[in-house]
Amino acid sequence: MITNFFEGIGAYAVLMTKVFRRPDRWRIFFKSLVQEINLLGLDSIGIVIILSVFMGAIVTIQTAFQLSDDPLIPTYYIAMATRESITLEFSPTVVSLILAGKVGSNIASSLGTMRVSEQIDALEVMGVNSASYLILPKIVAQLLFNPVLIIMSMFLGLWGGAMAGDLLGLIAFSESISGYRLEFILFENVFYGLIKSVAYAFIIGSVSAYCGYTVKGGAVEVGVASTNAVVRSCLAIILSNYVLTDLLLN
Amino acid sequence: MIQAKGIHKSFAANHVLKGVDVDFYQGKVNLIIGSSGSGKTVFLKTILGLHEPDGGSIVYDGEFLGDMTKSRRKLLRQEIGMVFQGGALFDSMTVAQNIRFPLDMFSNMLEKEKEERVKFVMDRVRLEGADHKFPSEISGGMQKRVSIARAISMSPKYLFCDEPNSGLDPETAIVIDQLIHELTGEFNMTTIVNTHDMNSVLEVGDHVIFMKQGHKVWEGTNSEVLSSTNADVEDYVFKSKLFKQVRQALRK
Repeated sequence: MITNFFEGIGAYAVLMTKVFRRPDRWRIFFKSLVQEINLLGLDSIGIVIILSVFMGAIVTIQTAFQLSDDPLIPTYYIAMATRESITLEFSPTVVSLILAGKVGSNIASSLGTMRVSEQIDALEVMGVNSASYLILPKIVAQLLFNPVLIIMSMFLGLWGGAMAGDLLGLIAFSESISGYRLEFILFENVFYGLIKSVAYAFIIGSVSAYCGYTVKGGAVEVGVASTNAVVRSCLAIILSNYVLTDLLLN
Repeated sequence: MIQAKGIHKSFAANHVLKGVDVDFYQGKVNLIIGSSGSGKTVFLKTILGLHEPDGGSIVYDGEFLGDMTKSRRKLLRQEIGMVFQGGALFDSMTVAQNIRFPLDMFSNMLEKEKEERVKFVMDRVRLEGADHKFPSEISGGMQKRVSIARAISMSPKYLFCDEPNSGLDPETAIVIDQLIHELTGEFNMTTIVNTHDMNSVLEVGDHVIFMKQGHKVWEGTNSEVLSSTNADVEDYVFKSKLFKQVRQALRK
């Protein structure tokens, strides 16, 4: 098992060296990039909206539940704590975990299907660097669009929290806004999340692509690769979250 | 002309190719036949350069494949057309997009020239009117024709076909065989076809190589196959009732 793990790391590294090569034709690369942004990015907006709004609402309710017992704590602290949770952890990490499920399985299954139906062999026979042609636009699309989704998720999460607090009578909307602005530090609250989102985007794109591109067998193996892509991407996100949190906050 | 000289290939302990020597001639349809597991597909992929041989060498018109630089190999690949067993068409692209893909990637043709070339090869393989259809919307025979059209779109010097008739009805299979034969003569290509189909052997086999357990055991022409006295060839060719009857008829 340990040997397999290190062999896998080696194969992943070799694949990445093939992926990050100059595209054969830039015009075709940009065309693929636009398609991938549409498929992997724009199609994920719906789920990010729903997830973020409810995530913000739930965090506000939980925080209010914890803090409301103490009359000495001002209510806008509920909003401040919500902001910290949303911008530092929930939006970058939870949304990326969800995207690892949605986007990761899509990447792995599409590449896996191309592998078992010999479409990747056809590209190789033509002299196309199949790894770069197929995977590079997916990774770049993720790197470009994941931060956009995460910023959007932060705003929607905070809006959802303020709305839920107001509707349930836990904290007034205006007080939530005051709490969100209290001791707001741009680097800590936004750039920190963006750095994480870029790292997670690379993990989702590259790990899922590796799982799909290296499939051997048939339809069953494509299914297994799709599952592996989600599991391995999630594990890698959690592990890198630990490392990045330590590096960025300490 | 493509020459395979003493090709050996193993996968772990499995020695698949055991010193295969074959010359494949330009302007002819060279068929590789043999039972499943005889090493045909591995041999084809080794000639293509998708597998590196453990021993021996592949020579493309006097140039050793193993000595070619990466950039030369890339150029060589643009001179190769390949028809895969399952077609291997890009399912997210239409028929016309599939055919023009190599032109988009490697040629410096103008848009109009590309369109004309696509139209020419589509007409040549009799695919008129299928431009905007996706591979899932056309029949197996048409998919094979699209695959052939894509393979010849760059006017290759070498054409490789892996089981081009698999999954086709006998009538369509003959159409595909004849198409490959016609195009080989027309473009003066070195064509190598990997097949199980005895009808193909008799129909288009200008040069036939019979493989068994990683060895080349016989070679000749399609007309020589039926009269071969090689025990392995006889055993393979006259397995079916139909060919047994053909042999009896020939002996009479």
